Amino acid sequence: MSGRMIGVDVGGTFTDVFVLDEETGTASVAKVPTTRPDQSGGFLDGINRQVSDLSSVAVVVHGTTAGTNALLERKGARIGVITTQGLRDVLEMRRRDRPRTWGLRGDFTPVVPRDLRLEVPERTLADGTIHTPVDLGAVRAAAQTLLDQGCAAVAILFANAYANPENEARAVEAVRALWPNPHVSASSEILPEIREYERFSTTALNAYLQPEVSGYIDRLETALKGGGFGGEFMIVQSNGGVMSVDTACRLPVRTALSGPAAGVIAASYIAQTAGFPDVITGDMGGTSFDVSLIAGGQSMLSPQTAIDFGMVVRTPMIEITTIGAGGGSIAWVDKGGLLNIGPESAGSNPGPVAYGLGNDRPTVTDANVVLGRIDAENPIGGKLDRLDVDAAARAIDTHIGAPLGLSTVEAAEAILRVANSRMAGAIRLVSIERGFDPKRFAFMPFGGGGALHSGAMMADVGIGRAIVPRHPGVTSAMGCVIADMRQDFVQTINTFVDQMDETALTAFMQDHVDQGMAILDAARTRFDAREVVVELDMAYLGQTHTVAVPLPITLDGTRVTPPTREEIAQAFDAAYAATYGRLLPNGTRRVMNLRTAVIGKRPKFDLSTLAPSGGSVADAHKGSRRVHFGDAWHDTAIYDRLSLPIGARIEGPAILEQPDTTVLIEPGLVGTTDRFGNTIIERTGD
Amino acid sequence: MSDIDPITLAVLAGRMEQIADEMDATLFRAAFNPIIAEAHDASHGLYHAASGDTLVQGKSGLPIFVGVMSFAVKAVIDKAAAEGDLADGDIFIFNDAHLGGTHLSDMRLVRPYFRDGELFCYLASVGHWHDVGGAVPGNYNPAATDAFAEAFVLPPVRLARAGQVNQDIIDILLRNTRLPQSAMGDLNGQLGALDLGVKRLDELLDEYGAETVRAALDALSHRAEALMRSELQSLPDGRWEAEDFLDNDGITDTPLPIRVALEIKGDRMVLDFDGTAPRCAGPVNIALPTAVATAYVAIKHVFPALPANAGVMRPIDVRIPEGSLLSAEFPAPVGGYTETILRMIDVIFSAMAKAAPQRVVANAYGTINALSIAGKRSNGQPWVMFSFYGGGHGGTPEGDGLNHGNAPISTATIPPMEILEAAYPVMFRQWALRPDSAGAGAHRGGLGAVYEIEVLEENGAEAFLFGERGRFSPQGVAGGEESALNVFSYQQDDGWHHPPMASKMRGIRLKQGQAVRLETPGGGGYGPARERDPQSVAHDVAMGYLSAEEATRHYGNAWQEVQK
Repeated sequence: MSGRMIGVDVGGTFTDVFVLDEETGTASVAKVPTTRPDQSGGFLDGINRQVSDLSSVAVVVHGTTAGTNALLERKGARIGVITTQGLRDVLEMRRRDRPRTWGLRGDFTPVVPRDLRLEVPERTLADGTIHTPVDLGAVRAAAQTLLDQGCAAVAILFANAYANPENEARAVEAVRALWPNPHVSASSEILPEIREYERFSTTALNAYLQPEVSGYIDRLETALKGGGFGGEFMIVQSNGGVMSVDTACRLPVRTALSGPAAGVIAASYIAQTAGFPDVITGDMGGTSFDVSLIAGGQSMLSPQTAIDFGMVVRTPMIEITTIGAGGGSIAWVDKGGLLNIGPESAGSNPGPVAYGLGNDRPTVTDANVVLGRIDAENPIGGKLDRLDVDAAARAIDTHIGAPLGLSTVEAAEAILRVANSRMAGAIRLVSIERGFDPKRFAFMPFGGGGALHSGAMMADVGIGRAIVPRHPGVTSAMGCVIADMRQDFVQTINTFVDQMDETALTAFMQDHVDQGMAILDAARTRFDAREVVVELDMAYLGQTHTVAVPLPITLDGTRVTPPTREEIAQAFDAAYAATYGRLLPNGTRRVMNLRTAVIGKRPKFDLSTLAPSGGSVADAHKGSRRVHFGDAWHDTAIYDRLSLPIGARIEGPAILEQPDTTVLIEPGLVGTTDRFGNTIIERTGD
Repeated sequence: MSDIDPITLAVLAGRMEQIADEMDATLFRAAFNPIIAEAHDASHGLYHAASGDTLVQGKSGLPIFVGVMSFAVKAVIDKAAAEGDLADGDIFIFNDAHLGGTHLSDMRLVRPYFRDGELFCYLASVGHWHDVGGAVPGNYNPAATDAFAEAFVLPPVRLARAGQVNQDIIDILLRNTRLPQSAMGDLNGQLGALDLGVKRLDELLDEYGAETVRAALDALSHRAEALMRSELQSLPDGRWEAEDFLDNDGITDTPLPIRVALEIKGDRMVLDFDGTAPRCAGPVNIALPTAVATAYVAIKHVFPALPANAGVMRPIDVRIPEGSLLSAEFPAPVGGYTETILRMIDVIFSAMAKAAPQRVVANAYGTINALSIAGKRSNGQPWVMFSFYGGGHGGTPEGDGLNHGNAPISTATIPPMEILEAAYPVMFRQWALRPDSAGAGAHRGGLGAVYEIEVLEENGAEAFLFGERGRFSPQGVAGGEESALNVFSYQQDDGWHHPPMASKMRGIRLKQGQAVRLETPGGGGYGPARERDPQSVAHDVAMGYLSAEEATRHYGNAWQEVQK
């Protein structure tokens, strides 16, 4: 395959397009405003700016927030539920939690109203025995009622369907026979895993997204084809792998964290290529700081997330920890005299005080502006001609300086120190608390604002170095082009190792592998290699938290060689000892779930195609301005970052600017341009 | 008090909270028993070297421990003062609820933290162990009339002396539990959390110096107090009363009044529980530390932004009458403390609502409904299914209460039905919201739940329940109405029955195919029902949250005129 590969990431404010020409080895990027409510406008506009003839494009990969937004804004379809007698309220009852520990306020509205959750006689027991066969007449009647009520999709949610899907499968067949569109989601197809609320919620949210997301994908695909595109169109999943549009339309719930996941994938690849397999990424946006840890080139996956209170999605996702400390986060002093940052945010509209759009409370960005770290004359984002430094300073004086008895500059430094300390806390959370020593890691900021804070992260957490990618503002779009194709499967087994039926386990594995390989076979993209990863969720009897146990399996072609009980027991002991230090003598080992990932490795592009060619430090030097660091103003050199040559070594204090990012090199640090155009920031002494 | 600059203070506040949070996380991950691992029935923090006052506490632990932990530390301080030989590396352990609050299931570990040979502060860890001996597995014994029938009682003793663990203590502990493996796992987890706290504090003090951190701790305590005073200042002066009742103590079927008089004067508040029932025979007594900590929990729900720091309680005088069931002395049984403290929170909310209705929510469902179903399988293996069940939250000034929430003293989630069905021979016939259970109001309460559980085991089973609110409903506030009562029924050959003591019963024999049914209360309503938007009433009827009959009874006919 040759031709162009395009990655498109649609974010809240900007749509980023990354175009890689495999033949010429060149890459180009574009940033256009995101269009709302229909994001396809910005999507196509972005592509058209870079590529006139879509027939030359082999692959388009899309990281999308369409699903996330539909969930957060409750803009999914009107859907119905058909469920087991007695269980219509599971979705609304959740796991008996509450939105916040303190205050006892806030309620919850499920995505399916109670009158569209219909019960039918049927019951399967936990051991898979059918207690009551499904009443198909009642199922058909329920489906008809939901259609009459205007439902565009339906979710079928039966108790214990993970243990035996028969009742549910018969109901699904009956519903599919009369449902006028493909939007029928079944809990045992989406997530055959024990825990009814998590399974029902994931399945219902899938149904809720299906009409919306498949409509959106259809519009994009039609428009791409209309422009002459004849290649493959794929979507990034929350697990950081891509899937075909057919799979995406069937399993839209897997796109819940599509965009951020692509960013982490790119960060991982960039860092590894540059020689840093251990990296902590920090994406600083307007309202939040998203942190993710990559160890040995592998990003961490978490099994589930709550998109909002009561909106649980259980599919493997790249683990991203979010704290409410973004550029727009508001700084304030509480009644007890303590300086706080966030969680309230001015977002991007009205945004920081300096934007002059009506906010008068100081934000983290305002502190950066007042201290000269952000160029007030050339604001990022392009909407404004210049930033209002005086207004930002007044807001900082009024809200922070006066109550704490600090000068403007001291107060601005205080805001940054507290914000940095919260961000550092998030990094400690993902590293130290999980037994990773952050000193071993590099910090990689991406997004617009992260590179202003990398020096602070190094100082606060003890991280050794930071690596700022060449194009930190389009990392997610680049990740789309890099990501592998990946399908995840799960099946609850729930048995003791010494009583395990190896044939049954092997059959499930084989089924997962067959399904995954079929999806890879159907893809029109090229794979360098195929990989199957099998894990068992295991624990000792009596424990509730399971340990992920990697199971080395061998494939004969695509035939799975069955593992023995002894191999499983040994694998558990090894994983358990690695997690908890020591084994439990006489403990009964239990297998809860089987998880299989089938991965098609996509060809990687050569990152050196992004590297600068030529240039000189002198030419890149744009001038200087006064910037405040620590307790003094420093005359600080300003460079055009993209014009710096490979090997350029810039000692702090300095600022490297590019259209969508400001890179801060603090006194005592040095930034070196590596052979891929990344800036490696280290302590001068190191 | 030495001065500390506001920036360092803000940074250190976050760093110390993170230490406590990380201790929580460490135990949740390592614990063997689901009550800690899943329900997070545990807590960690840093406590003052001289007073034992709470300095910092983890955010993810159980709310009731915010406040009660300092009593555990004080008990250790008293013991150490009496014996005069406190050393670096000592670790104390105990479960005595009369010294440390809550109940005997909560195992408390307290460790002095030394810096340069000097006591700097205490670290403590508390966790709910799965079994600590006593007459009933799991220690929820509704018929206990003293502590000895509830569990073994361990006073504060040294688990480690100067870093040397005393294996004798561990041997005694493990011989006194039905689940030694689980106990050992939890003990290791708690020791690990304390080790981690020491390591993190070392790092913090290396970085900032002991003087600066001590100054920050002082400043945070003053700040907490200032915050509380400023909140109290914003409330009107006056005195307001509220009362409510416990159904009974499980031994004698007599209602037990819980009364509070709340008085606000400037920036101070008094909570006086005079008039509350005297110490009773059954396990709804609580120890004094528990009562004081409960006042703290209620106040923090009213003012959620307050930090978990003892400074908050300085302007508040909690008066617990001697001899009342809120200050029961050893060896009074306290196993059912959850029910009593929920009622304390209810009366504080009801009294506070009279002072500042917009600051308070109506009563939540008010009982944890500890239901146990146990038996023997055909192969002789015993099984015990033990869980707490949910109900509705109270209506709020902003909107309707949450359907099916957890208790205000807890953040525990309920185990999934499928996990219970996979582990025990039962089938849930129903796991649903309970229509007509919410208190009416301008903003109604959240709905309670219905759980109907059938025994599948051919040998049958035995059930016992420890609940409340079977005779006295959760109250509304600001003119809102009360919600439905807690109703428990069980199936026998001749049909359905209710327990004679309404909410508590032991030894219910169930045959295969018979069931128990728990219908939990909703939350109380907020504001007068007549002020509810008829559209919302019509919606509740259309959704089946409310029957047409009850809708008309509480809200009149206007809802029927609403166009659908």
